[in-house]
Amino acid sequence: MILKARHYVIAITIIISLVLQIMPMPIQVDMYRPDWVLIVLAYWAMALPNRVNVGIAFLTGLALDILVGTTLGIHSLALSVSVYVLAANYQRLRNYSVWQQAIIIGLLSSLYHLVVFWLQHLLTDVYFQFAYLWPVLTSMLLWPWVFWLLRKARRQLRIT
Amino acid sequence: MDTIFTRGPSLNNRLALAIALSVLLIFVDHKLDGFKSTRVYLNSIMSPLQYLANLPSLMLSESAERLTSQQQLLEENKRLTNRVIEMSERLQRFEVLQSENAQLRKLLDGPVKTGMRKMVAELMAVDNNPFSHQVLVNKGAIDGVYEGQSVLDDRGIVGQVMEVGSTNSRVLLISDLTHAIPVRALRNNIRFIASGSGSLEELYLEHVPHSVDVKVGDLLVSSGLGNVFPEGYPVARVKTVVRDESRPFARVIAQPLARLDRLRYMLLLWPEDDIAEEPAKSDDNADAQPNDEKANGADEKEPQS
Repeated sequence: MILKARHYVIAITIIISLVLQIMPMPIQVDMYRPDWVLIVLAYWAMALPNRVNVGIAFLTGLALDILVGTTLGIHSLALSVSVYVLAANYQRLRNYSVWQQAIIIGLLSSLYHLVVFWLQHLLTDVYFQFAYLWPVLTSMLLWPWVFWLLRKARRQLRIT
Repeated sequence: MDTIFTRGPSLNNRLALAIALSVLLIFVDHKLDGFKSTRVYLNSIMSPLQYLANLPSLMLSESAERLTSQQQLLEENKRLTNRVIEMSERLQRFEVLQSENAQLRKLLDGPVKTGMRKMVAELMAVDNNPFSHQVLVNKGAIDGVYEGQSVLDDRGIVGQVMEVGSTNSRVLLISDLTHAIPVRALRNNIRFIASGSGSLEELYLEHVPHSVDVKVGDLLVSSGLGNVFPEGYPVARVKTVVRDESRPFARVIAQPLARLDRLRYMLLLWPEDDIAEEPAKSDDNADAQPNDEKANGADEKEPQS
């Protein structure tokens, strides 16, 4: 059972993050929804860059595009770019403290949102509102907890 | 531990590939509309995740239902009974008006409006994408939902079906930035186009000259032009009118009547006059006469009773 779980843990965490990303929420809370998918992918890209990098990010982004009904390719592009930045610098980022990492995650999250916004702006004429950047803050606050949880899972199940 | 640089294409190449693929997908999907048919299958593949995401709210509402006290149920029962009485009184008047309207229309040789098939759909998910207003409902191709179908709630028009999956479908709300609906003012039948503003509370009426008679509080109903929405359903109420002469058009903002931020149950409509009219078109006289006789019979009966 453990052996089985070990093989699928990464996939399961990504699926959970997708579910959390699309879960219906009251409209007042919805604005502050953190980027679950980005955070989980960021952890795995930093911890195991040989298993999770741009390819997985692209596929997850495609699934997200289908789930939220955006034009195919928007989220996959934004996620690929964000995860690329992480996977290219994973050795440096691993040595940072959790709070420094949280700031990096915040920067990445704003990059992600800006890429999504730019692409949407190209396709339809949406206007920028600063409310679109609330998830950056919540993602930063969430990062230490997700980091701790996923590291615990990774160490206990000895995923390499 | 082997690094990512030891096997497969390098990271930079992977990124280049991912970006190229994404751009290609965006181009094919947006400009060429190439995924129209595959979207149904893609949505069906992903629908288990949607159901999974919907589970907590479903469980919450179910447990809330279990926990309602008898007091609350009694109160609700009383309120609903009152409502039914009120509604049935209105319905009585409505039936009289309907038959009267049918007679008048016949006098004017206008086609008589037929009823519509309806189905209640429940909200499954709301998009968290701030750039578009879409919701997912739990009826799909199996139930006969088709693209472009109108969706209502208990107050007015909500939107139209945009994508159909096998068991669920995606509804584009009237407040979406890319959506526009032809309407007319109930007071004086002036036609407008109400386009979405990207905010759930506002619709913009576009290209309204300064001289047009439009007032705050005017009710806008669907005009039926464009053959997407059926005629005569309430859409919005005019909220502000700014006649600034330095601008080419008056700025008119309307508020949607449907409660777009608290949708739960929605109504899907199937206009049936298409089906009813088709045989009538094939042989006009043969079909029309019995209908007329029936209608006449009904007319004669009414004054007696």
